[in-house]
Amino acid sequence: MTFWDRFADTTFWDRFANTTSTSWDRFADTFLNTAVMAKYLPDIIDGFCLTVWLAALVVVTGIAAGLLLAVVRSLGVRPLNWLIIFIVDLFRALPPLVVIVLLYFGLPSAGFLPNAFATTWASLSLVLMAFAEEIFWAGITAVPRGQWEASRSTGLTFWQTLNSVVLPQAIRLTIPPLTNRTIAITKGTALGSVIGLSEILSQASSAMSLSFNPSPLMLGAAAYLILFLPVVVLGRWIETRFAWHR
Amino acid sequence: MIDTFFNTGIIVAAWPILLQGLLTTVELSLLVVPLGVVGGAAIAVLSTVRHPWVRWPLIAWVDFFRAFPPLVLLIFLYAGLPFAGLQIGAFGCVAIGFFLNTGAYYGEILRAGIESVPAGQNEAARSTGLSRLQTMAFVVLPQAVRNVLPDLVSNTLEVVKLTSIASVVALPELLYQARQAQSVTYNPTPIVAVAFIYFLLLWPVVRLLSRLENRAIAGRR
Repeated sequence: MTFWDRFADTTFWDRFANTTSTSWDRFADTFLNTAVMAKYLPDIIDGFCLTVWLAALVVVTGIAAGLLLAVVRSLGVRPLNWLIIFIVDLFRALPPLVVIVLLYFGLPSAGFLPNAFATTWASLSLVLMAFAEEIFWAGITAVPRGQWEASRSTGLTFWQTLNSVVLPQAIRLTIPPLTNRTIAITKGTALGSVIGLSEILSQASSAMSLSFNPSPLMLGAAAYLILFLPVVVLGRWIETRFAWHR
Repeated sequence: MIDTFFNTGIIVAAWPILLQGLLTTVELSLLVVPLGVVGGAAIAVLSTVRHPWVRWPLIAWVDFFRAFPPLVLLIFLYAGLPFAGLQIGAFGCVAIGFFLNTGAYYGEILRAGIESVPAGQNEAARSTGLSRLQTMAFVVLPQAVRNVLPDLVSNTLEVVKLTSIASVVALPELLYQARQAQSVTYNPTPIVAVAFIYFLLLWPVVRLLSRLENRAIAGRR
């Protein structure tokens, strides 16, 4: 049973008609049941590892692809730039979940059989690519025209100018917005659960269905906090670290 | 190929339910955006209080909900609350989840905005006899909002896009309706159509944003 079938069912709530807890003991037994937690901890850890691996892949491919597109855009080939702008706008306007569902349910009709991991990876990378391109491009255009001209006139080639003069300045400007955006998009790994990717949320919710106890959900929530809270705090630090430059 | 992805017959047949989905998405956005803005404004105004007993819980609150993926929060509410004896329905869960999640984001943005307004403005307004609340409402907040307008628009765009996760808890918005139509017709056309609807609806906002953001990054130097 996929994640989607489990919750996108209007009779879902009927199963809870008689579950009303009154005392704290019952509450703790329901939400922090150590026996249930111990049983499903290995599953949650599996999900955690998969989420970390997927998130790392998305960050690397998404940012690399975004940087590549921004560099290509700086070449100034008109038709190519229109295409890049269209692709970037498309993936900024579409909700990531729509991209995932479209690829997952659309590709089989085109003759491909995608798996959940590849689909989630590709979708989130495309979305991150679009946002990263936009941010890198804004950084590149923020470097004054005169710097390009000065570098080129000292005999540097186009690529040398881009690589040693423009990008170092541009990337410094882009770090705070890029960090925030990257964190927001990596959290989207949870969306993979909708198409059956066995990451944290998916593991937790199937454990919950099997044990009829929400304790695995608490474990899953803790796993997400362990993963993302340090990243959010790091992001906050990076923001203040680069803010005095303003 | 065209028959598979752009089947006009299916689009015509599915159009009424997609339109209903669009209406629900719009309604949902009109509910959760103001909810988030109000929650965010409360957080931002509270964060001007420098007392550590206010400051640190507030930072913890904001970081907590920024670290929690929205879908996880939604499932947590939807599947966890019944065990606590609370049945507030899919709509209630979505409203609470979005309030918590987007409120934290709006709060962070508005806080940055308030901090960008020079302290002299606050002092001048207070010395003319305006109360603390009046100063905040009529002097500081309007300037704060103007200073962080690109971020506010960008976050609102993200919130509207995020309403698509409500499909997971069977709220009949655009994506949910498309999935229903797709599973009846065994054809991905409805999903393609919904992607088109999202794109047409949000493209103008994306265009506006890339102008505003380019200006903002260029201005940071």
